[in-house]
Amino acid sequence: MKKDIILAGVGGQGIISIAAIIGYAALGQDMYLKQSEVHGMSQRGGDVMSNLRISHQEIASDLIPFGQADMILSIEPLESLRYLPYLSGEGWVITNTKPFNNIPNYPDLEKIMAEIEKVPHHIAIDADAIAKEAGSSKAANIVILGAASPFLGMAYEKIEDAIRFTFRKKGDKVIELNLNALKAGRDFANNHM
Amino acid sequence: MQKLLLLGDEAIAQGALDAGISGIYAYPGTPSTEITEFVQSSKFAHDNHIHSSWSTNEKTAMESALGMSYAGKRTMVCMKHVGLNVAADPFINSAITGANGGIMVVSADDPSMHSSQNEQDSRFYGKIALVPILEPGHQQEAYDMVHYGFDFSEKYKVPVLMRITTRLAHSRSGVTRTAAIRKQNELKMPSDLRQFVLLPNLAKKRYKNLLKDHTAFISESDVSPFNKYIDGADKSKGIIVCGIAYNYLMENYADRHVPHPVLKIGQYPLPRTLIEKMADECTEILVIEDGYPIVEELLKGYLGRGLKVRGRLDGTLPRDGELNPNLVAVALGKPDTYGLPVPELVVGRPPSLCSGCPHIDSYYALSETLSNLSYGRVFSDIGCYTLGALKPYEAINSCVDMGASITMAKGAADAGLVPAVAVIGDSTFTHSGMTGLLDAVNDKSPITVMILDNGTTAMTGGQDSQAFGKIEDICKGLGVEESHIRILKPLKKYHDENVAIMKEELAYQGVSVIIPRRECIVAIDKRIRDKFRNK
Repeated sequence: MKKDIILAGVGGQGIISIAAIIGYAALGQDMYLKQSEVHGMSQRGGDVMSNLRISHQEIASDLIPFGQADMILSIEPLESLRYLPYLSGEGWVITNTKPFNNIPNYPDLEKIMAEIEKVPHHIAIDADAIAKEAGSSKAANIVILGAASPFLGMAYEKIEDAIRFTFRKKGDKVIELNLNALKAGRDFANNHM
Repeated sequence: MQKLLLLGDEAIAQGALDAGISGIYAYPGTPSTEITEFVQSSKFAHDNHIHSSWSTNEKTAMESALGMSYAGKRTMVCMKHVGLNVAADPFINSAITGANGGIMVVSADDPSMHSSQNEQDSRFYGKIALVPILEPGHQQEAYDMVHYGFDFSEKYKVPVLMRITTRLAHSRSGVTRTAAIRKQNELKMPSDLRQFVLLPNLAKKRYKNLLKDHTAFISESDVSPFNKYIDGADKSKGIIVCGIAYNYLMENYADRHVPHPVLKIGQYPLPRTLIEKMADECTEILVIEDGYPIVEELLKGYLGRGLKVRGRLDGTLPRDGELNPNLVAVALGKPDTYGLPVPELVVGRPPSLCSGCPHIDSYYALSETLSNLSYGRVFSDIGCYTLGALKPYEAINSCVDMGASITMAKGAADAGLVPAVAVIGDSTFTHSGMTGLLDAVNDKSPITVMILDNGTTAMTGGQDSQAFGKIEDICKGLGVEESHIRILKPLKKYHDENVAIMKEELAYQGVSVIIPRRECIVAIDKRIRDKFRNK
């Protein structure tokens, strides 16, 4: 099993947390992992992306080759389109539909959605709204992770464990909230595949 | 032993702790910052009194490390590639003095300039200094090389340079702590107390000694565990691949078996015997290296006659920018892969100053102050405030190197551009701005220096600023008149007041310093969260 995932978003949206959770779940299953992230300038409200590779075989490159990613996981709709050159023919785009508008020339959301619709395999989800229902809009990234979970090739319980581990210092309430967000995202994906 | 999930930077730091360092010295700089931060947050480092607080700049860091080495202890110095320019004087001379306790210098290059102003290759510095260079290809190797590097440094009494790139620094992978954890060295003076006295007569002897050792370094490279010759049946091509580029090569062979001979380079100077073997066996050599074509140029020679060498210089690979698996595929004559094109509507999302950032108020006030003068008088520097060059501010007209704002403003004023303004951050000011301010004071240059004091080294993630609480005293000490040191609160509600002060100081025909002081908004947020967490 090998999964190459592009994580996309805007600085501060929590893509590094998603990477950490998937990473912890992968290591717990004796899988290899490489995750390359962008720091520095891009943190200041710019676009950020991370290459996440998990595999049962040893991984060579820290970067996913163009045209070979299994998934683009995006916490922001415009950002999900920026990395399409990485997506393989069978790959999935799983994206939040809630825009993060911090630029004067942000494109028309309907046009963005139309472009997302053109991708053969995609799931578009209002993660902010679902996260809010689950208890906190801050968990939008976890909703996206939940929506991606059926495609990750790992047991759902392992991802739950990784969430418990990641938020262990934040108390049971925060863990519960994030587990709910994860499940809500997963349910949405299962109903919209 | 259980695998740790570590950034390349963190693997180096863990390696240094396990190799028994007594101190790490650094100035923050992407992508090297996390090495020192890892040591700063390590309980082991704290319990064992390992020095890890930030230095004022890379030069002071390098010199402090040299002092620690003089005293017999192991030490690491970390910086981004352009930081090595700042530390170049002590770095190159440290090869002549040599080490007592082991020294490793880590320089993190940034091909593709993800967050830098150039993509210079630190391997050139290793070459100038004639020191061995280690270049890890993955996180485990980075960890392992630190132990090896300290052994090498103490064996030959020479500083060892480790060159990494952004991709390795900021990529995470499983690392096993294989090596036995070593104790710190005891305090031990150099056996020759004139070793570190570089008077010409003594330096000449030390230099001859270094040249002799350099021959040994080449032999060491030939047998290094980090330089591997992997044979292949198809000798129509041999591949020399350096550091992290090895991963991109292997990505192109699903079974991880390359049909051509491959020489993986992880240690310099280049292994002469291994390279000769490849040149004898193969019709042509493809060199794959991230950064400058330094190995390629060396093999090709100036005229490029004789040995057929391909790489970045003949267009087989691009001349600039970071490598990736696709570029290497094309260089190998394999098919390229590409997903869907980026839809036309996708626009750039450049980084910007945070909402509520004090620099925004400073820039709006400055731009209004200068609005009745010709545009292009503001020299700036390296930090978050460099983003003031972008829309909607367009408030600054230069960004070159740490501290250049003050000295460029001075030079422009010398040329007749009056008034000229320098805009520099608090941490950058103490890094390299103070000496330039002294020049300006001594010349009574008609410049206005704005020291944007947000109380932290913000751009690299909010490290302690060495300038904290000291700026006015430094300026006074350097001779700026007290009446021309003005402190502002950069807030919208004081806008008119701030513009008035700026106008006054701009009119002054001497050095004036304006200090807009308000804490970084991200730092406040972090401080409050930490406080809440500790309750």
